[in-house]
Amino acid sequence: MTDAAAAAENKPVTAPENETMAWDSRARRMVVLWLPLACFLIILLFPFYWMTVTAFKPDAELYDFNTHNPLWISSPTLDHIYHLLFNTSYPSWLWTTMLVAFGATFLSLFASAFAAYALQRLRFKGSQYVGLAIYLAYLVPPSILFIPLATMVVQLGLFDSPLALILVYPTFLVPFCTWLLIGYFKSIPFELEECALIDGATRLQILRRITLPLAVPGLISAGIFSFTLSWNEFIYALAFIQSSENKTVPVAILTELVTGDVYQWGALMAGSLLGSLPVAIFYSFFVDYYVSSLTGAVKE
Amino acid sequence: MTDASLSTWVHRRAEPSWLGRLFDSKPFLVVICLFPAVGLLMTFLTYPLALGIYLAFTDTTIGRAGVWVGFENFTYLLQDPIFWNAVFFSVFYTGIATIGKFGLGLWLALLLNNHLPFKSFLRAIILLPWIVPTVLTAIAFWWIYDPQFSIISHLLIKTGLRETNVDFINTAWPARWSLIAANIWRGIPFVAISLLAGLQTISPSLYEAAMLDGATAWQRFRYITFPMLLPILAIVMTFSIIFTFTDFQLVYAITRGGPVNSTHLLATLAFQRGIPGGQLGEGSAIAVSMIPFLVFATLFSYFALARRKWQQGETND
Repeated sequence: MTDAAAAAENKPVTAPENETMAWDSRARRMVVLWLPLACFLIILLFPFYWMTVTAFKPDAELYDFNTHNPLWISSPTLDHIYHLLFNTSYPSWLWTTMLVAFGATFLSLFASAFAAYALQRLRFKGSQYVGLAIYLAYLVPPSILFIPLATMVVQLGLFDSPLALILVYPTFLVPFCTWLLIGYFKSIPFELEECALIDGATRLQILRRITLPLAVPGLISAGIFSFTLSWNEFIYALAFIQSSENKTVPVAILTELVTGDVYQWGALMAGSLLGSLPVAIFYSFFVDYYVSSLTGAVKE
Repeated sequence: MTDASLSTWVHRRAEPSWLGRLFDSKPFLVVICLFPAVGLLMTFLTYPLALGIYLAFTDTTIGRAGVWVGFENFTYLLQDPIFWNAVFFSVFYTGIATIGKFGLGLWLALLLNNHLPFKSFLRAIILLPWIVPTVLTAIAFWWIYDPQFSIISHLLIKTGLRETNVDFINTAWPARWSLIAANIWRGIPFVAISLLAGLQTISPSLYEAAMLDGATAWQRFRYITFPMLLPILAIVMTFSIIFTFTDFQLVYAITRGGPVNSTHLLATLAFQRGIPGGQLGEGSAIAVSMIPFLVFATLFSYFALARRKWQQGETND
């Protein structure tokens, strides 16, 4: 399997004109490249397709696969979407999620831009240890922190408040953003800052007028990454928020729409679709930044 | 600072105020720049970590501060078959899902490394499972795994491969495999895109040299692609192992640990005992028991990083 894939991968890179060699025929390329790729695409995208199809199916069609083709919609309906928007607190969940995601992103960017500047540009004794500590903080998963954090949140009087989430999300956003931004600051030539120093600029002026403007692509990458991560966060939002209207979208859809033993699959899928769309649209605007931040952070 | 020598010059440079000088002193700047990040992390990460370890040794419940009980929570857990089941399933889930994710992810990365039309578009839609909130795709999987209206069952019956509906999540072992499949599905994009980035940094001239020496495709993969990919593979794998082992959302959304507690991971068990169950001490003890594993994974990552530095030379930091 990997053998064939490796062959398919190396072939065009190294010798695209080797068409005459029998084992790289068009048919072979079809089998080792396009067929597996198509399978991957179908499997990776099918749940989204199924989500969308279910969200627009009327109930009668939803539970009857034999008279209707289950993979298609015979009579599309907006009932589930309507139910979601007007009979549940979906708009307020969306609002809370937006608020939390923007708040946490802003706070993390602010904290990590300064931290990255200090670690990368103001090289001081022990800066690499602080950097390592921040990297290690990224390896502490929320699953082992949520119980003590829940007791802290209650003691601080922030239980059931979106502010608790805004303050807690930076714990996983700051380490990531800091490492990403350290990488970006590294790519900015040091000479620019030296020139500014010679011209009499203070360090703060250098940061504001030179380093930060040059690091804008990095800030955008870190920002959209943080936004998506905050949007997707689940366990803290589940543990710290109790009242229905303060819940974030992922939590609310799982806890508020599942009522009793009868699952309203149409509404659930409509909720999942509407909860995924904002993030997917946001993502589609910034794909390149997104990919570069993902791979950049991994490479760092 | 140069004012003394320039005192004869008419245009004197404005003396910076004490505030300006303060902001120009390096130690002060370092402290002020690091303060927000370090403060946030100390308050909401380091302190809770210590508090969690402390709570694990107390009998705290919701609404009542506990007293120190020593290892009581742990001795209780050691006799609890549900806890051992959670440990087993966490390890099993992490192991199988990691193998699946990396096998398929590497394959997908190798496929994407070809010259393809619409390459960036393909890359964008492949990442989709990873950026959409996990819980929401988990709900979609829950619906796909529905005992009565599963689309997979329907298609299998339609094509004559099966007579009855597939039992996905109502008995222990099928439920475990279904959860692992959902986890692999969600993990493939991240692995594939990260490894693709690694693949693109490998110089084609290495392959050309190997081709001239008569290396076969397998040899080129084994002796060039794989070793060059190893550093990035090690880092991505560490992250993947840590976040799969401590996974919560998928299991909570699809089975909530059922049927009969057979699919509890340590994280979901800790949540169930700690938050709805109110036994904060016991929940913390379960969460803390994940730490040895995480330390092991972190050390693995650290040595992989150190090795990469050694390979590239110390200066290329």
